[in-house]
Amino acid sequence: MPVDTPLPNPIRPAFGPGEREGTTVVNIGPSHPATHGTIQIVAELSGENIVRVDVHCGYLHRGFEKECESHTWHNLIPYVDRLNYCSALINDFAYCDAVEKLMGVEITPRCRYLRTLLAEYSRIADHLTCTAAALMELGAMTAFLYLVTIRDYVYEHLADLTGARVTYSFGRIGGLARDLPDGWLQRLEQILQQYDVFVGRVHGLVDRNRIFIDRMRDVGVLCTAEAINWGFTGPILRSTGVPRDLRKDIPYLAYGELDFEVPVGIKGDNYDRYFVRMREMDESVHMIRQLVARLPSGPINVDDSRCTLPGKHLVYTEIESLINHFKLIVDGPDVPAGEIYSAHEGANGELGFYIVSVGGGVPYKVHVRAPSFVHVGGVHRMLEGYQLADLVPTFGSINMIGGECDR
Amino acid sequence: MAAPVHERIIERWQVAAPGPAVSHGTLALLIAPDQLLDVARSLKLEFGFDLLLDVTAVDWPARDPRFDVVYHFYTTREFVRVRVKTRVPAAAPVVDSLVPLYDAARYAERECHDMYGVEFRGNADLRPILLYEGFVGHPLRKDYPKHREQPLVPYRK
Repeated sequence: MPVDTPLPNPIRPAFGPGEREGTTVVNIGPSHPATHGTIQIVAELSGENIVRVDVHCGYLHRGFEKECESHTWHNLIPYVDRLNYCSALINDFAYCDAVEKLMGVEITPRCRYLRTLLAEYSRIADHLTCTAAALMELGAMTAFLYLVTIRDYVYEHLADLTGARVTYSFGRIGGLARDLPDGWLQRLEQILQQYDVFVGRVHGLVDRNRIFIDRMRDVGVLCTAEAINWGFTGPILRSTGVPRDLRKDIPYLAYGELDFEVPVGIKGDNYDRYFVRMREMDESVHMIRQLVARLPSGPINVDDSRCTLPGKHLVYTEIESLINHFKLIVDGPDVPAGEIYSAHEGANGELGFYIVSVGGGVPYKVHVRAPSFVHVGGVHRMLEGYQLADLVPTFGSINMIGGECDR
Repeated sequence: MAAPVHERIIERWQVAAPGPAVSHGTLALLIAPDQLLDVARSLKLEFGFDLLLDVTAVDWPARDPRFDVVYHFYTTREFVRVRVKTRVPAAAPVVDSLVPLYDAARYAERECHDMYGVEFRGNADLRPILLYEGFVGHPLRKDYPKHREQPLVPYRK
């Protein structure tokens, strides 16, 4: 293609320049250093103030749901990992949980506790990432480094368990890939103690910092009724002052047996979203310590030949197990016909899987109710009426993750 | 087990999907397309289902009507979910938009329109959201081949 041929525009903005007197239309993204994630925001400005915005996502669309329809149930686990790559384990477990419910499989107590523990550990990593990035964009480089230091401890520690730093593929239908290695829980406690030190320093640097408060307080305000109307869930909804959390409201995994609080904000602005995430991490640490103290022994996989691979010693020595192994790998686990909507409290909000099975080893449809997609649909309510410079922290505070938003 | 609000909805609307009315904690309703707005309004105003979680569709190419349009609602007061399904034919896949009731429907309906070509009457903004302007077809329909490519910019040789 000759260089002077104009490239077709992938989007059709809702408004263009020159429609109103005295305003300027600027385009931000899809590749812009301040929008972590590929997102395009067309903004109409009156001076420094944002009059209206038109938000476009989809640049990371890779046909996740289409791809799911031609792979076995187990093969989807690496794909669901890549939805929210900041807390991949939560996606894993939410997906496995939905399939297990369809199959009528009940996971073992140790697996239930380990999944809860790992989900909370991932939530800490996710909130650390979001908060660190938001602070860095406001110039708080030290706070960023403190937070990602802990996140890196968590990543390395999860790599010891799963073999990967970010996308773990660790869930299995009916259990987990493997049990904890020796010494893993001791290292976990060391990291949690380091967490207290580093996050304590960030609290000291940021919470009552005049510059931070001026930038965050009363910016990007959202009220509860509006948040619910636009479908917001998770920390953003809680920052408006309501303790809506699936871990409390519809307890799943081991959450019903744990003692924890649901932190809420006061007025739903950027400062509240920062603080809700910081407090949620403390609650996650509290939960992890309870889970470690009560971790049951026993197997991590259910004894069910419909979904669990037989042990290698059996595969090599008896024909039934060999056939079982091949059937599970080639045909996939046989999930009975039916449909289910099952949701977990992801780090960003309600992460729901709507799954339709017609029987057999391949899903008929997998649809993800991704919190980031819904939040991007309503983020203009938090941007309009504020200054252009507020766009960066406000957008950072919704923690849009391209993988799950665009699928 | 059916939650009390599920029983009240069944009593009020006298409709249920084939099979168990409540499965995995979600009440499933199968309704005619022209009932959709009334049912959604009743769910929101009478029964307190204030959160529209999701809008999607399921394609059954061999069946007439071909598409299920599927909605999930949640109540932040009683913590239960309702799935509302309606069936529309391939010749005229049109349902009423829920935008007058829920602003969350705006993006969700745009995505469903992208992926399945379902028209939402009353949603003025059905521009592509995950796809791009000029994309031909609806990729989540079962007759859209998985490997078809429509690059907006030609691939580099």
